[in-house]
Amino acid sequence: MKEDKNLTQIVDKILDKYPAKVMKNRKEHIVIRQTDDAQEISANTRTLPGIITNRGCAYAGCKGVVIGPIVDMVHIVHGPVGCSYYAWGTRRNKGKASEDGKNFLNYAFTTDLQESDIVFGGEKKLAQAIKEAVETFHPAAISISATCPVGLIGDDIHAVAARAEKEFGVPILAFSCEGYKGVSQSAGHHIANNKLMKDVVGKIDIPKEERPKYSINILGEYNIGGDEWEIKRVLNKIGYTITTTMTGDSKYEGIAKAHNSDLNLVQCHRSINYIADMIEVKFGIPWMKVNFIGIENMNETLRNLAKYFDDAELIQRTEEVIAQENGAIKEDIAKYKKMCEGKTAMLFVGGSRAHHYQGLLKEIGMPTIMAGYEFAHRDDYEGRDIIPLIKLDADSRNIEEITVEKDERRYQLRIPAEKMEKLKEEVPMSKYSGLITDMKDNTIIIDDLNHFETEMIIKVLKPSFFGSGIKDKYIVQKMGVYSKQLHSYDYAGPYAGYQGAVNFARDVAAGIHTPAWKYIVPPWKKEPVLTGKLGTEGAEKAC
Amino acid sequence: MLEYTPKKIEERAALIVNPAKTCQPIGAMYAALGIHKCLPHSHGSQGCCSYHRMHLTRHFRDPIVASTSSFTEGACVFGGKTNLKKGLETVFEIYEPDIVAVNTTCLSETIGDDLSDIIASTKIPEGKKVFYANTPSYVGSHVTGFANMTKAMVTHITKSEKTSCNGKLAIIPGFVEPSDMSEVKRILKILGVENIMFPDTSGVVNTPQTGKYTMYPEGGVTIAELEDLCNCKATIAMGKFASEAGAYELEKKCDVEARVIKLPIGIEATDTFIVNILSITGKSVPKELENERGQLVDLMVDIHNHYHGKKVAIFGDPDTVIALTEFVISLGMIPKFVLTGTPGNAFESEVTEMLKANDIADSKVKAAGDLMMLHQWIKNDPVDMIIGNTYGKYIARAENIPLVRIGFPILDRVGHSYFPTVGYRGAMRIIEKISTAFLEKYDRECAEEDFELVM
Repeated sequence: MKEDKNLTQIVDKILDKYPAKVMKNRKEHIVIRQTDDAQEISANTRTLPGIITNRGCAYAGCKGVVIGPIVDMVHIVHGPVGCSYYAWGTRRNKGKASEDGKNFLNYAFTTDLQESDIVFGGEKKLAQAIKEAVETFHPAAISISATCPVGLIGDDIHAVAARAEKEFGVPILAFSCEGYKGVSQSAGHHIANNKLMKDVVGKIDIPKEERPKYSINILGEYNIGGDEWEIKRVLNKIGYTITTTMTGDSKYEGIAKAHNSDLNLVQCHRSINYIADMIEVKFGIPWMKVNFIGIENMNETLRNLAKYFDDAELIQRTEEVIAQENGAIKEDIAKYKKMCEGKTAMLFVGGSRAHHYQGLLKEIGMPTIMAGYEFAHRDDYEGRDIIPLIKLDADSRNIEEITVEKDERRYQLRIPAEKMEKLKEEVPMSKYSGLITDMKDNTIIIDDLNHFETEMIIKVLKPSFFGSGIKDKYIVQKMGVYSKQLHSYDYAGPYAGYQGAVNFARDVAAGIHTPAWKYIVPPWKKEPVLTGKLGTEGAEKAC
Repeated sequence: MLEYTPKKIEERAALIVNPAKTCQPIGAMYAALGIHKCLPHSHGSQGCCSYHRMHLTRHFRDPIVASTSSFTEGACVFGGKTNLKKGLETVFEIYEPDIVAVNTTCLSETIGDDLSDIIASTKIPEGKKVFYANTPSYVGSHVTGFANMTKAMVTHITKSEKTSCNGKLAIIPGFVEPSDMSEVKRILKILGVENIMFPDTSGVVNTPQTGKYTMYPEGGVTIAELEDLCNCKATIAMGKFASEAGAYELEKKCDVEARVIKLPIGIEATDTFIVNILSITGKSVPKELENERGQLVDLMVDIHNHYHGKKVAIFGDPDTVIALTEFVISLGMIPKFVLTGTPGNAFESEVTEMLKANDIADSKVKAAGDLMMLHQWIKNDPVDMIIGNTYGKYIARAENIPLVRIGFPILDRVGHSYFPTVGYRGAMRIIEKISTAFLEKYDRECAEEDFELVM
């Protein structure tokens, strides 16, 4: 399709403002979609200093995203107080204690390092903190997350963890996720994945005869606003058993049992693909890319799942549930679609939602005209096929890449290789084709969208909806455009699954149509209000 | 809720559980926002800047913009000089601030970056300014960071030489809401006192919806005003922990008399504030303001029965908590537990003296405490009310105690940006909150035959 000159001009205008080096850098992160071309985008590279980015750090990706949601662990943040404080209750990963278990999600634990600890080392304090945590809280396990200064002063958190694990008989997982590692939260995901794979997954075997039929894991789903509960509701209704989710509302023991399932579903590819891959290599459990956001995506995901297990009864049950669930929400969705039809959307979220929400937005009549990821890699944009082509830079090389081997005793092919090949033709097995593939001609894709670009793009393209995070929400709204946090859902949700789709549609319709928008311009700025005679002599005296 | 917090109190030497403070840089960022056309810059990992912006944004529900040096592992090894230099160049080119306020982080402090040296060697555009504050996260708290950035404004921007007295008072409002800063300025206007308030976040973090976004809103103290601080008559520093550093720096640098008072929360602290203004300026109090005070006292008399004699736990930032403690005493309430996460002996001694002077025994006071400790105190000796920031909601729910939200941060309610808690009007608002919290709990829980129309 012919490239829209208007869009090219907008992009040029943005780039023009930048100093030469910044311009060269940012140019590679912006793509105007042309479906005829295989388009490349630069991603997972350093944000240039001074750029007002939305990105966070490795600690945020490790403790904040992947490890934090495990409910029955005490998550100790080793560092000055702030890192623990900001990650306390702010991400909305909901969880409940299991019947005989605990839930520490409302707590924040830190060693609160002081100047003397920075000078003399914090290992002793950490060891003492672990002791106090074990004795006071008796958690299922403990995590230790390192913050920036810990790496610099050289505290050996792994040695401290190993000693404490031996002393107390409680699993203690240490994560070297110092904030300066990598270029964004993404490094932290990887660090968390490595540790969970090395030390947790595979720890508890379930005897074969006790394994339920259709047992699955949901990977890369964090139960924000209760998403996982809605997904689980539907999956349970069909007859699946979820061994564990990683890591929304998960328990330590569940993750340790993950390798007993028959399939891994991958929702957020970016944050969890490492584990999905490694489990497949080690235990033979394949993974399937799913999308629980949006009605059609949900339908397709359920059908793909049924295809994988290939059981006539399951397939029939799946269709029944799909019909039931679709029927139940049809009217509501139609109502909200009527309110949103023809409006446009922009998405700038994490490493998956900017893709996942496009289907749902379309279902309520809103095409996505700009999308971008905050911390994704090229494969999240262009698809996994390009992984071998990605050149590792110094920042990525600093993140440990672990390899696992086939576990001869426990490895078990879930379906025969031949059947798998056939399945792959229909179902995204071990496959993610990325965000760009789904974007229409003359839409814009921007990686690591920054403050200046947000301002420019909103001003020019004036969407009706901007799905992003807390840092830019109010900037966008000040421009008269409804912005919704798609990390925290503006404290609502769930948005996944069928009921979630209705919640989302209702909230978006409300956000766009709330009467407040029409009051922005005061009446006296819309039309003249003086009714008296203007400029005639004596007007002033007449009052 | 918080069911694993044991009633039995055992000394913890290392583990902080549910902190009652956060780190310096967020306070520095907040202070920096109180300068007109200033972009705060965080010299550390991206995560620091991101977390601080997020938390301030959640609290104010308004844009909070700041840039970062985006440290990577390489920068940690070789130092952050290049990151800061390049970062500043980029910032001026793209975001066009008049001034950049750099704060350090635990990362850049630990590797020992010399900010003074780095900034001196950076090409800064004509007419633009860059200054910095050292704000290591492992010292003090967010309040310390606010104090350090405020002090840095005097150190780096205020002129050293007095030229001529400008007749103004310098006002350091403390780590308070933009609404509080506006209220202090309103009171000063009524008194006819010209002033330079610094920092001043009113009109910066509580901006109106106009359909147009401006990166640098109208509010904030100007650079010219900061320069001119040397010519002020005296400084009123509100709150020892957040404001005295700046006031003493100004006294040291330009011989401007420093008066450190409590945050003007409650009747006594507001009286003190006004008496100080009168004694420096020789002004008198107009009827308008005296009426406000009279209305406050009238309210205190009229509804004392809603709260008199009730036991209250107060936690939060030291300056806020000290003033609130004084206020609840003047309401006839009993401050049973008084706690701040910020370290500092001055907190404990000031509150303890206050309690002693009012014959209040058996209360507990603690600096550098955490909310688990406060919860354990409450479990052992229940109170009727908690006053503190949003983080108190877990304890409030666990123990079914009403929570009055005052302080930083408030992440789950609105109003704080617009309606002050300082001054006589602010005191009335606090009384309204306290009274309402008690009565609503009563209305929700009382027996039907006890449910009453008039209260």
